Amino acid sequence: MAELVYDKTGRLLFTKEMKEEYTILCPMMLPVHFKLFVSVLRHSGYKIELLENDGPSIVQEGLKYVHNDACYPAILVIGQFMDALHSGKYDINRTALIITQTGGGCRASNYIHMLRKALHRAGMDQVPVISLNLSGLESNPGFQIDLDMIRKLLAGVVYGDTLMCLNNQIKPYEIQKGQSEALLNTWTDRLNDQLNHGHGIGMSAQKKNLRLILHDFAQIPIKKVPKVHVGIVGEIYVKYAAFANNHLEDFLAEQDCEVNVPGLMNFLIFMVGHSLDDIHLYGGNPAKLILVKALFQYVTAMQHTITNAFKPYPQFLAPTEFAHVKELVKGVIGYGAKMGEGWLLTAEMLELAECGFENIICAQPFGCLPNHIVGKGMVHKLKQVDPNSNIVPIDYDPSATKVNQENRIKLMLAVARENLKKKYPDAK
Amino acid sequence: MKIGLDVGSTTIKCVVLDDNNKIVYKSYERHFSQIKEKITELLTKIHKDVIKGNEAKLTISGSAGMGISERCDLPFVQEVYATRIATGTLLPNTDCIIELGGEDAKILFLTGGTEVRMNGTCAGGTGAFIDQMATLLDVSLEELDKLSESYEKIYTIASRCGVFAKTDVQPLLNQGARKSDIAASIFAAVANQTIAGLAQGRPITGNVLYLGGPLTFLKGLRHAFDTALHTKGLCPENSLYFVALGAAFSSEIETDLDTALERIKKYGVSGDFRSIDPLFKDQAEYDTFLARHSSCKAPRGDFMTYKGPVYLGIDSGSTTIKAVVMGSDGQVLDSIYRGNSGNPVPIFREYLLSLYEKRPDLQFTAAAVTGYGEELLKNAFNMDYGIVETMAHFTAAKRFMPNVDFVIDIGGQDMKCFKIRNGAIDNIFLNEACSSGCGSFLQTFANTLGYGIEEFAKLGLFAKHPVDLGSRCTVFMNSQVKQAQKDGATTEDISAGLSVSVVKNALYKVIRVNSADELGRHIVVQGGTFLNDAVLRAFEKEMGVEVIRPDISGLMGAYGAAVYAMQKSLRREGNSSLISKEELEHFKHEVKVTNCGLCSNHCRLTVNIFDNGRRFIGGNRCDRPTTRRSGNGAELDLYAYKLQKLCSYKPIVAGKRGKIGLPMGLNMYELLPFWHTFFTMLGFEVITSPLSTRELYLEGQATIPSDTVCFPAKLMHGHVLRLLDEGVDTIFYPCMSYNFDEHKSDNHYNCPVVAYYPEVIAANTQRLEGKNFIHDYVGLHRPHDFPRKILKILKAHGFTDLNAKEVRVAADAAYRAYHEYMEDIHRKGNEIIDEARKEHKQIIVLAGRPYHLDPEVNHGINKLITSLGAAVVTEDVIAARQAKEPVHVLNQWTYHARLYSAAEYVATQSDMNLVQLVSFGCGLDAITTDEVRSILEKKDRIYTQIKIDEITNLGAVKIRLRSLFAALEQ
Repeated sequence: MAELVYDKTGRLLFTKEMKEEYTILCPMMLPVHFKLFVSVLRHSGYKIELLENDGPSIVQEGLKYVHNDACYPAILVIGQFMDALHSGKYDINRTALIITQTGGGCRASNYIHMLRKALHRAGMDQVPVISLNLSGLESNPGFQIDLDMIRKLLAGVVYGDTLMCLNNQIKPYEIQKGQSEALLNTWTDRLNDQLNHGHGIGMSAQKKNLRLILHDFAQIPIKKVPKVHVGIVGEIYVKYAAFANNHLEDFLAEQDCEVNVPGLMNFLIFMVGHSLDDIHLYGGNPAKLILVKALFQYVTAMQHTITNAFKPYPQFLAPTEFAHVKELVKGVIGYGAKMGEGWLLTAEMLELAECGFENIICAQPFGCLPNHIVGKGMVHKLKQVDPNSNIVPIDYDPSATKVNQENRIKLMLAVARENLKKKYPDAK
Repeated sequence: MKIGLDVGSTTIKCVVLDDNNKIVYKSYERHFSQIKEKITELLTKIHKDVIKGNEAKLTISGSAGMGISERCDLPFVQEVYATRIATGTLLPNTDCIIELGGEDAKILFLTGGTEVRMNGTCAGGTGAFIDQMATLLDVSLEELDKLSESYEKIYTIASRCGVFAKTDVQPLLNQGARKSDIAASIFAAVANQTIAGLAQGRPITGNVLYLGGPLTFLKGLRHAFDTALHTKGLCPENSLYFVALGAAFSSEIETDLDTALERIKKYGVSGDFRSIDPLFKDQAEYDTFLARHSSCKAPRGDFMTYKGPVYLGIDSGSTTIKAVVMGSDGQVLDSIYRGNSGNPVPIFREYLLSLYEKRPDLQFTAAAVTGYGEELLKNAFNMDYGIVETMAHFTAAKRFMPNVDFVIDIGGQDMKCFKIRNGAIDNIFLNEACSSGCGSFLQTFANTLGYGIEEFAKLGLFAKHPVDLGSRCTVFMNSQVKQAQKDGATTEDISAGLSVSVVKNALYKVIRVNSADELGRHIVVQGGTFLNDAVLRAFEKEMGVEVIRPDISGLMGAYGAAVYAMQKSLRREGNSSLISKEELEHFKHEVKVTNCGLCSNHCRLTVNIFDNGRRFIGGNRCDRPTTRRSGNGAELDLYAYKLQKLCSYKPIVAGKRGKIGLPMGLNMYELLPFWHTFFTMLGFEVITSPLSTRELYLEGQATIPSDTVCFPAKLMHGHVLRLLDEGVDTIFYPCMSYNFDEHKSDNHYNCPVVAYYPEVIAANTQRLEGKNFIHDYVGLHRPHDFPRKILKILKAHGFTDLNAKEVRVAADAAYRAYHEYMEDIHRKGNEIIDEARKEHKQIIVLAGRPYHLDPEVNHGINKLITSLGAAVVTEDVIAARQAKEPVHVLNQWTYHARLYSAAEYVATQSDMNLVQLVSFGCGLDAITTDEVRSILEKKDRIYTQIKIDEITNLGAVKIRLRSLFAALEQ
């Protein structure tokens, strides 16, 4: 049985012994990506489990243990952990939790502390919490993020983004319903298997996999008819996690829309890149600049592999590259706006509009601070840039009702359908 | 024929059109949530009488119609969209539509780029809100409308959400403001809210159309909109039916009504909503419960025959007035519990007269009053004592349970709970403005559904599947109920669900408990709302403890006041100073409204004048109008000093580089010395925007894109516009991710709103077009790089003749000026602390952010504290006395780090207490408040938090502060 060891501030550490004995629980956000990440961590020797518990008890647990004015993602992530810990499925003396920490100026960087407070309140102080971050916050002897692991996780992002992007484009038009989803699952399993064994990571392996993925998806018979195109942007968790946005993508599918949710890659590049912008704006350590630049170039190169893989298939819309997204937002909002999703959120709205997704849902937790600025705050300006953009900000929180959200979305869709009809008078 | 059915949150509207699109039938009625039944009834009737069995094209619209159309597979059109179709057909010249419904507000811009806006989840409650307000004033909607015609003055009522407005209206009523003025103010608030919340910077001009129930029925409301928009809007024929008409116009699919009716009949049996356990299994369980609670009784005496000293206690609450006549053994001799109809004075007078009638020999030994109306009644009737509500309730609770360690009181409007430790009030929780809909909320809801409150509450006792409504603000609750109804919840389920939600609100939102143990084992519950068995049961179930509900649960405040009067009078001779029977008979009460002219706040005062020259002034923020004491500047108030200091930064006229404007808000409140010096040195004439006022806020209100951002940020819009008004073409308001590093934290960020709000201003202020708005990213945290970076920025903005050297010199001077300013503040703060200690005064550390200095933001809370006899200092001064300590949060914001340090220090000083000001909507304070509280409570100190927004009433704040001082006295 691993001993409980604390650092000098009193934080419970995740020790090397724990790595052997403990099961690490990981919260859900993006099913495909996160499954791949978990496989990567498993290959690095961690016993890790991706939480798939869902349902109203998550919110209830969250509200019980988190300050009710905290943002919705905090309530959900912590609620999911507490729900799992209370489920009896895990030995709480041999369980650890892992959570990402961005270290940015948004309060999201404090989730980990809210989580520890919640554990304390629930009398589970013995459960260690691991911070997953690239900013050098909180180190643990039993958990190390090294370049090799970063490389593997990035491969997961490459695959996840590609699969999500293709599935979104094919699903609405497939002739035989369910084919795309099935292929998505087949590939997720196949990639999990590869990553579990440490394969599929090198650049050439990635290229090969991507080629096969594109090839497979291109085989699915589809029938293209004009459909309403809807893009989703927003706070990262609410945008991606289905139980946070009341299964928004499913709802839009029911409404016969094609959905475009920009992937995770640009967010990662944005996170790396804003250190460069900081140095540019305020001055800074040139040594740091070189290191960050190298990392930045590395992730950008990873993105190129995706774009290149898409090239032989002009029928598919490839994810937009970072440099272009960044260029789009120039003059609309400054590059110094880096808290939360920062200028990237605004940029993604422009990106979506540019590729024909002028109907946009900006999904945000109620009272999300960065969203006051980069989401709702920019709608007026975006309308000036593109008068056809049809943007609706939707707030999510424990008490916001689905009926009100859907009513607002339906209003946006009514306008979208009218525009579609103007463009394609024959569309039904 | 075409049928359009508009199923809204409270009403159903139906229109039938013939083949020439002429209306052959229309109806409008409330559905009292019996949606399925009403639709069936309506369609059956139309089927039989109007279309006479023929085929028809049916389309459904409206928020409550969405579910039914989905499940029954009937054509649906979104309601705003339907409105647009109807307008396009009937009144194609319309430019803009304003439509208010039961719970929705919408604005549609039709020309110059079509846009549709609906209220966000927070700004709900328009028609429903007016209903609530009418209930509060105890008038019908027609009377409310009529009243508004004869208004003289408009009061400021917070226009963000219904609950806020309510907390504004209540004190006005208690201060004796005229109902007609309040009625008109309510309408003005609705108009402001709609325009500000929905127009978001887009001007409303041209032909404006008013649609929907409230705008159709209420002339006063239309007038308010006309006034706010400076236009004359049109309320067209069939203004109630535009959604239904639009639905009918867009009907394309033939529907067989028989099949449709069949499907609707099957609808709603799914029971697919989140539910919780029933309150009571059966009658037997209820009987046991009743028997247990009926055993807790206050002693009684016979008023007619009682001999001995008589004490009077009054609790003048927000919606009710309670009085207890008590004998020397604490026996209740007589009591009343009555609605105050907005004015407690005549009701109490009548009661007192009735007592004298019964016992002409009656002579009170002492009388005390508590509650919102304390000051008013004390002055009107010359009562002996006033006591703060929390103390009154504690005093009463002790009579029933001497070892009580927790008291929770849920009244009509407020919720008060406090812990008791070592016989003293230790920790007070009052509901914050956002969740205050407690008892009166239940009542209004009952009325909306067509029930009286008692009947409604009873319905819930044996509900099989109480709806799980969560624990948030009432506005959310409305839509939650709507959703539950959609999913087939019965009125019984809703009633029980609401009772449970009131309890959950108290526990998880106000007190924020995790388990019963935290509250202690000896709990006394009181307040009118606990008379409701469903609420009491829900409380016990939720907490898992059996509690005590005295049989005078609704009268506890008054009883406590009476006990207090008794205890106080034991130390003195003679009788109560209460006015005599003769005086009562000639009692006069007159109300005048005026503006105070004693300082720049210009508080709107309600002056109550009684016979014999007794008067009471309400609405004031400080005690100057009542005491006529002038502010001599010698007050121990660092807020006042800081503000005065900042106001002393005047422009140096005729700067060779012209004018540059600085908007005075957010972080500018601390950086003014820096920027003022910097730009003055560079030869600019530095113009600051004036101190915030209500008018300044309203001027910028229409350009605010996010209605849930904090109030200090919203004020920035007005400040920038004011600078433009003054002809300043260059405005400097930089984005700043980082603040100064004070080495108290792991990083030194600004919060996202402070950091990037200039971007919002730039993106949403049309008037800035063509102006030089400098909002680049600036890093003061790197003094070495700053001159080089700022030079580049200023050059890019047209100041090309600047050179590196002068900028460096100016920057050096600016850094010096900033540090000198901070030092001066610290010196003054230390002086105040020393002086307060010499005078043995309590020191209140009013902790917040630099911009809480703005009097429009803090509403004069600093003055309120000094008027209660304490000194006020700020968190930055205190933080400087404390070395960095590890905290249990990621400590990475400069301003917030000061809070933690200040709390650490205060915890070690017996004569200091920390009061934290929190702006509503401040996301970061969800983190800081928890941490500051835990730092203080670790050392057994009291934590007091005050949430502030655009509300201007200080009633609740006063209770909190008085309770704090009362607790300190013990």
